[in-house]
Amino acid sequence: MNTSAAVELRKTALNSVHRRMGAKMVNFGGWDMPLEYSGIIAEHLAVRTRAGLFDVSHMGELEIRGPGALQLVQWVSCNNAAKLNVGQAHYSGLMTSRGTFVDDLLVHKFSDTHYLLCVNAGNQDDDFRHIIANNQFDAEVENSGPRYSQLAIQGPRATEILQQLTPGQLEAIRYYHFAFGKVSGVDCLIARTGYTGEDGFEIYFAPEHSVKLWNDLMQAGETAGMIPCGLGARNTLRLEAGMCLYGHEIDDTTTPWEAGLAWICKMEKARFLGSDALAQQKQAGLPRKLVGFEMLDKRIGRDGYPVVIGSHEAGRVTSGCPAPFLKKNIGTAYVPPNATAIGTEIEISIRGQAAPARIVALPFYKRPQ
Amino acid sequence: MYPADYRYTKQHEWIKVQGDTGTIGITDYAQQELGDVVFVDLPKVGAKISAGKSLGSVESVKAVSEIYSPVSGDVTETNPLLVDAPEKINTDPHNTAWLIKLKLADPKEVASLMDAAAYEAYISEQAKEHSA
Repeated sequence: MNTSAAVELRKTALNSVHRRMGAKMVNFGGWDMPLEYSGIIAEHLAVRTRAGLFDVSHMGELEIRGPGALQLVQWVSCNNAAKLNVGQAHYSGLMTSRGTFVDDLLVHKFSDTHYLLCVNAGNQDDDFRHIIANNQFDAEVENSGPRYSQLAIQGPRATEILQQLTPGQLEAIRYYHFAFGKVSGVDCLIARTGYTGEDGFEIYFAPEHSVKLWNDLMQAGETAGMIPCGLGARNTLRLEAGMCLYGHEIDDTTTPWEAGLAWICKMEKARFLGSDALAQQKQAGLPRKLVGFEMLDKRIGRDGYPVVIGSHEAGRVTSGCPAPFLKKNIGTAYVPPNATAIGTEIEISIRGQAAPARIVALPFYKRPQ
Repeated sequence: MYPADYRYTKQHEWIKVQGDTGTIGITDYAQQELGDVVFVDLPKVGAKISAGKSLGSVESVKAVSEIYSPVSGDVTETNPLLVDAPEKINTDPHNTAWLIKLKLADPKEVASLMDAAAYEAYISEQAKEHSA
């Protein structure tokens, strides 16, 4: 264990609450965030079977306004925001001119002239600069992260827990839609979105209400068995659900085709940043593709470990960990396109030792409908 | 908390010496830092281990951590309990969740390790640096 040089970490409005609850804290993207409270496995299982509460106030928010707002969103991101209805959100990628990821994000349509983008904590300043640099549409771009805290209530019992604190009918908010309403008397954007593979909500509100909302939600969730969850469980949950994490499955060297994200890349819309490069890559063929794998013994193929196919290094693991709900060790990796067939036997090189693994379908986990 | 008859390393291993046999494990501080332990990789019986060198690894959900041997010697036993119940390291790190036993090559090596009081002072310093 090394002692790192003192750096000024950013803190969410709930920092002292996490510390008081005995959370183990970690530097994540320059933020001092809870890694775990009661343990990653217990927190993971709570979200799969009951509910968990996450402080995700480190996430960045960017708002784009004005008559050119849609044009700017369409130009910098690969999904088709023209298809969004007011009150709807979708997953998308913020693209470089090479068709690679500056970031991944959720785009929320407030109105024809107002969009809110939820972006990764560690990328929010780069994203803001990137969007400004590509703003040929005279749209207004605001880095509104400091105006929002965000809590995620996730799990099969999330709706009944949140419903106790809000007058509106949550069941009326469909998956990947949102509404404005009060939670515990506080004005919130209530979105039925998440990063866990479970049903649930992400609520956005002014930071000064953070402690009140955290405490009220914890109390509302008590009988349902909701527990606070940290970034450790958030990572194992998202990987089990086959969701990408920036810096792992995707970065500024990977394209949506390679990452299995063709479903967010809408070539039929007008030309956008990176679309020429993406068309070209589609025609030329992919150098690699993202796959899921499971380990065939008890070892864990972790991020960065080499993937070996037929005694040659064929790629690298992008994420790997135990999957607490599925009770096996899983991971994602980039491999050559001719080695992606489900059932292909591969090896993960773990400190020089080959550990057997098998390519399996993504996602690893799908919640029961 | 930290047994007075054990010796400790800066990498958070402990050793209990009985005659020429040493029993080695990781400390409660180490298991807290690791979080939920899910897999333990131990050497084979008969393996020769050198002081300060890796004797295996302990994996938690989030990370893998090398375990460094406090002393040199030949491995005489590995803990069978940890094959199917590695999580015992989280609940009983100083007793039933020991990792290996070895025959000490040089019993004098033990004298250079920290005693419980020195180790407790050391980890309270570490904790201060963490929260700073």
